[in-house]
Amino acid sequence: MSVLAHVIEAAGISTVVLASMRPVVEKMRPPRSLYCEFPLGRPLGIPGDAEFQHRVLTEAFSLLDTTADHGPIIRDFDEVVESDEQPVACALPPRFDPNLPACVDEARGLRNAYDRAVAKRGHTDVGRAVDADTIPEVLAAFHRIASGDDWKTVAIPGKNTVAVMHDIRAYYEEAALELVGTAGARSLEAWFFEATEAGKTTLAARQAIKDGGGPFPFWFYMAPGHR
Amino acid sequence: MGKNLPVPTFDGTAWASAPRLRDATVAIVTSAAIHRAHDDRFSAGDTGYRMIPSDARDLVMGHWSPNFDHTGFQIDLNVVFPIDRLHELAADKVIGRVAPRHYSFAGNQPDDVSTIRLDSGPAVAAELKRDGVDVVLLTPV
Repeated sequence: MSVLAHVIEAAGISTVVLASMRPVVEKMRPPRSLYCEFPLGRPLGIPGDAEFQHRVLTEAFSLLDTTADHGPIIRDFDEVVESDEQPVACALPPRFDPNLPACVDEARGLRNAYDRAVAKRGHTDVGRAVDADTIPEVLAAFHRIASGDDWKTVAIPGKNTVAVMHDIRAYYEEAALELVGTAGARSLEAWFFEATEAGKTTLAARQAIKDGGGPFPFWFYMAPGHR
Repeated sequence: MGKNLPVPTFDGTAWASAPRLRDATVAIVTSAAIHRAHDDRFSAGDTGYRMIPSDARDLVMGHWSPNFDHTGFQIDLNVVFPIDRLHELAADKVIGRVAPRHYSFAGNQPDDVSTIRLDSGPAVAAELKRDGVDVVLLTPV
């Protein structure tokens, strides 16, 4: 972002950066930054709170109202928004077909909620590597890897593990938001990796690929770095 | 956070004075890799950009990093791309007008960010100039 601030300002257009990492703007020195201590991924702070978002914008635009003729100017927004690391309380489907791996059964059980979410929003973030119909097949492949099959011999639909994980998480998170309405930053991540069968299975598959000598980019970015 | 991130440095800080906010045309440029649902998706390491018309709301997030929250955007796109807030500010005459076109890059870039610095960034700046934009709000992810 700070690079673009330099580039755009050099073209003669005033810029304001909503900065999420203070040391980065201190080093990169874009013309005007409002440092906002908010969860990464939520630069305006709170989804669904127009009043709060307007306060952020008012503070950001106030940096333009200055007699200063040079930057950098860095100001701190006066309110902190914390991430919520606790798994959101979201119901999971009961076991339906005991012959299927639990993660596959679970993903199928969430399908109605996912479909309602897509109908409401009009579009979906699922689809980078696979569509919603293929999510259970991907989880079945990860279940095989987690259960001891050599990762090199298991065909993973969508092939790119990072892209496939994006789709699995988007499928689960969109379904969960339909069920719980809203969620703090990272609470659905915590729910996915700590409460769902899909999350546990994908972490186990990731570990198995790592232990089986899989290349770093193939397994590491399947989950956030701290997991 | 961010203390140990490798970042490019700049010798100076460019400075452009803005007109009064109530007369200004305002655009959003984001690094959240958002794009219209039917647009080309961002590839991993994508150094290009996508244009977002002011009235588009069929937006998805194409960012490749698993290390930040994507759900805020799913709940309310304004938490990343405050387009409805800008339209409200224009209706209240706080800003002059909302630019017709906005731009999105992917935040996960090669460390030297040379394409954005020399190619795709200046290309977007030229498009913004063409639309008469005076002020750009940059939102990161």
